[in-house]
Amino acid sequence: MGLELPKYPEMEEDQVFNFTDSEIVSHVKQALASVLSGDNNSYNQLVGVMHHSKHLAPDEVALLETTLKALAGAVSSIDITHHDSLLSAIFCMSMWNYRPHVADALAELIVSLAISNGKYLDLCLGMLVSNFTPPPYFLDKLKMPHGLERKGQVLSRVHAAFKKIADYVPLAPLRLLTIVLQGMPTIYHKDRFGGVLKCNFLINYIIRSVALAIVIYVENMLKLESGEIGELVGSTILMAVVDRLIELDVEIGWDAILQDDFSKGIFEMELEDVDDIEESAEPDVGEFRLSRKSLAGNSIAELLDNLLVLTFEHLESCEREGRLAKVFETLLQSFQVTVLSAYKSKFAQFVMFYACALDPENCGMRFATMLADLFVQDSQPQPTSQGPHGSIEQGILMMSAVSYLASYLSRAKFLAASSISSMLKRLVDWCLEYCEAHDGDINPNAHRVFYSGCQAILGKPVSIDKALALFRFAIMYVLCFRMKVFVDVPRLKSELLIPLEQVLKHKLNPLKVCLPSVVEEFLRQAKAASLFTVCKTFIFDGLLESELSRAFGGLERLDTFFPFDPCLLKKCDSDDDLVQDFVNENEDIMNDEFGKSFDEQGVDMDEFDYALKKMSITPKATSNYKFGGRFQEPARMPSRIRPSTSPESL
Amino acid sequence: MEGLSVADANLVIYLHPSKSRNVSQSILRELGSLLFKFNETFDGVLLAYDVNILDKQAKILSGVHPYFGLRLKANLLLFSPKPDMLLEGKVVKLSEESIHVIVLGFLFAIITAENIRGEFKYRTVTLFSTLFLIFLFSLCVGYKDKEELFASKSHKRHVIKVGTMIRFLVKSFDEEILHIIGSLISAHTESIRWLDRHLEEDSEFDRSSMKSRDREWLGDKTVDEGSTPMSYDNHIKMSKKRRIT
Repeated sequence: MGLELPKYPEMEEDQVFNFTDSEIVSHVKQALASVLSGDNNSYNQLVGVMHHSKHLAPDEVALLETTLKALAGAVSSIDITHHDSLLSAIFCMSMWNYRPHVADALAELIVSLAISNGKYLDLCLGMLVSNFTPPPYFLDKLKMPHGLERKGQVLSRVHAAFKKIADYVPLAPLRLLTIVLQGMPTIYHKDRFGGVLKCNFLINYIIRSVALAIVIYVENMLKLESGEIGELVGSTILMAVVDRLIELDVEIGWDAILQDDFSKGIFEMELEDVDDIEESAEPDVGEFRLSRKSLAGNSIAELLDNLLVLTFEHLESCEREGRLAKVFETLLQSFQVTVLSAYKSKFAQFVMFYACALDPENCGMRFATMLADLFVQDSQPQPTSQGPHGSIEQGILMMSAVSYLASYLSRAKFLAASSISSMLKRLVDWCLEYCEAHDGDINPNAHRVFYSGCQAILGKPVSIDKALALFRFAIMYVLCFRMKVFVDVPRLKSELLIPLEQVLKHKLNPLKVCLPSVVEEFLRQAKAASLFTVCKTFIFDGLLESELSRAFGGLERLDTFFPFDPCLLKKCDSDDDLVQDFVNENEDIMNDEFGKSFDEQGVDMDEFDYALKKMSITPKATSNYKFGGRFQEPARMPSRIRPSTSPESL
Repeated sequence: MEGLSVADANLVIYLHPSKSRNVSQSILRELGSLLFKFNETFDGVLLAYDVNILDKQAKILSGVHPYFGLRLKANLLLFSPKPDMLLEGKVVKLSEESIHVIVLGFLFAIITAENIRGEFKYRTVTLFSTLFLIFLFSLCVGYKDKEELFASKSHKRHVIKVGTMIRFLVKSFDEEILHIIGSLISAHTESIRWLDRHLEEDSEFDRSSMKSRDREWLGDKTVDEGSTPMSYDNHIKMSKKRRIT
């Protein structure tokens, strides 16, 4: 095969020579070898060629390509000490600057270098990882068709190069993993520029560029996860992505919500219609309520939003490829390690919710079972004494688990009513068992035995007692959403609701300790459904205390935390699937035949409607709004994950 | 193959109290993190372990860190290639400049042209499929594939190509990257399969035409290792046993 070399520095311009591949390779080898003897001329020309990057004429492109290919053939002659300027020129090259065939030649050279000597391996992997993100000037072009095309070209080459290297260097994925995790761009908070940069425009530009770079970087990480290399390092990469989501999540404060009366937080923020928000000219009026105060906060929210959308898409592709179950196990592990222990995570948990929605029968149930297990197992007294670390961690995990479970069972529309009832039954049974075990036993000493581990360290009875109350509260919360299903099926009524009555009437009196708005809602629904016959015990009008409920919890007020309350992020919440998977209000149940039976029972429907309205969450109108405008079909929800709330499913 | 050894190790492992809920899993995780990395204490790469926990109770160490120590007895399979050792590996890539080899499925080794003895010459062979129909089809569509190989000048059938298992000499070993630079200069190094086949023929016919160099080689091997080279093919011999404390 002959390669035409139109303009090599040493050639006369009017002549065209034909060289074979091996001739060019030996020429390059000579140039490399000449450095050792002190003659740097041809070597410097070689390095000069590498520095050509922008606005290349066709002959320069051909020269660059030929040189790269020749270098790939002469990698064994490259010496890390003598040819450092050449190496640094190569490692500074960005595939984003070149047309496909030059990028091909560059990728080939990098692969050859990486496998030629262990010393180059990390440098080559680092160079490929740096190609995850385009150079700054290219960021704006990414949305244009040719920018997208270039992105596809570069990324496919980068990932193909990883695969080739991994074929020849079996442990390369492990090194790659470290490089990928370390190379992740960090988000700059606006405050960090405070002293250095005064120009707002510049600061915003930098923040926006970094955010774009992070999105592409995470996209690449997910691509690695789904590739062959993912078999080895996929779980760690996925965990790193979730960690990044949590990091961004905690950057966005709860302050905006907590400043208001927290009891309103659960329901009233849901009354707002996103339609109004979409139409409002002022973007930070309600589009993102939590961080409307600062622009930097807003950009973080936007970034988190984009990353969540990417993760959702990745989960969908996993489902299509049939490996969701495997990915879900990783997510579950990651959830337990980071999300569950993070203090009031706001958005990151929706990754779990989405994965569950994609496969409610397996993933959905697995998630609920894991949370229930976590609570039931953790609340058993440990035979051996735990260290201080263990007990506090245990208490927090337990409370988080119950919060997540309650919120999940309430909001996950895709869960079959039978699954929810079995899960609730498990919780009620546990609760009943606990109450029976401690019936009439108001002697604090008995309780002290039960939770002496926690008490000894914290100086006050926290974990078990609090979790118990929280837990009943959680049941109530679920019932606020799912009451009708259970009321109308006699079997469920006897199994679930009657034992629950005993629990609620127990001396520990959970209704006095729980969040007033939930108790109120629960009692209203219970009354409407004529649930409890004797209502004397439940006279709380005016007594719906705040003292007790406030007192219990202290700083770690997890009792007001319902993680799957509507996602406030713009794109995520506009996601068709996520919206449809949500139990917004009891509308579905109302539309079913249950409505009739309520009429027959003579229930005051006005009162009930009022109750339901108060429970409304995500606006219906938003379901017309497409998932980031990317999906064209109006309803992409697979029929098998449609919510199943009819009694037939029991 | 040389370089593999089994070690009886007495280890003490320090665990964070947060790991106290599942101690055995944490121990396995700690040891797992050592796998496929060069460890100076072991003077080799840990390939496998079998652990036996001695302590039923652990004591919290006094001092700033509330870690607790556990004594273990572990059986470790170690791999420590040293210069001038003979290793075996599979050729995964071959070019005029170099032969790339993977050893034990995880180490990568490279043998550059200058480390390949003159007996082997680089050649490319045009491949056609053995089936006649496919052959015809290949001719029709002009399909051909080039296979790169190193062929011995003295034995026409002795070739090294992608997929061949070869025995080579270690020149140097990079402990951080786990990269071996190998050599095919010495006479003991070549394709294992060819060698085995050659030896089979040799034992059946005792050919007098066999070259004296090969005889010498066979003699060396038998004395050195105390076993026939046949056993090398798929069997890992763990010759050394040592103790690490």
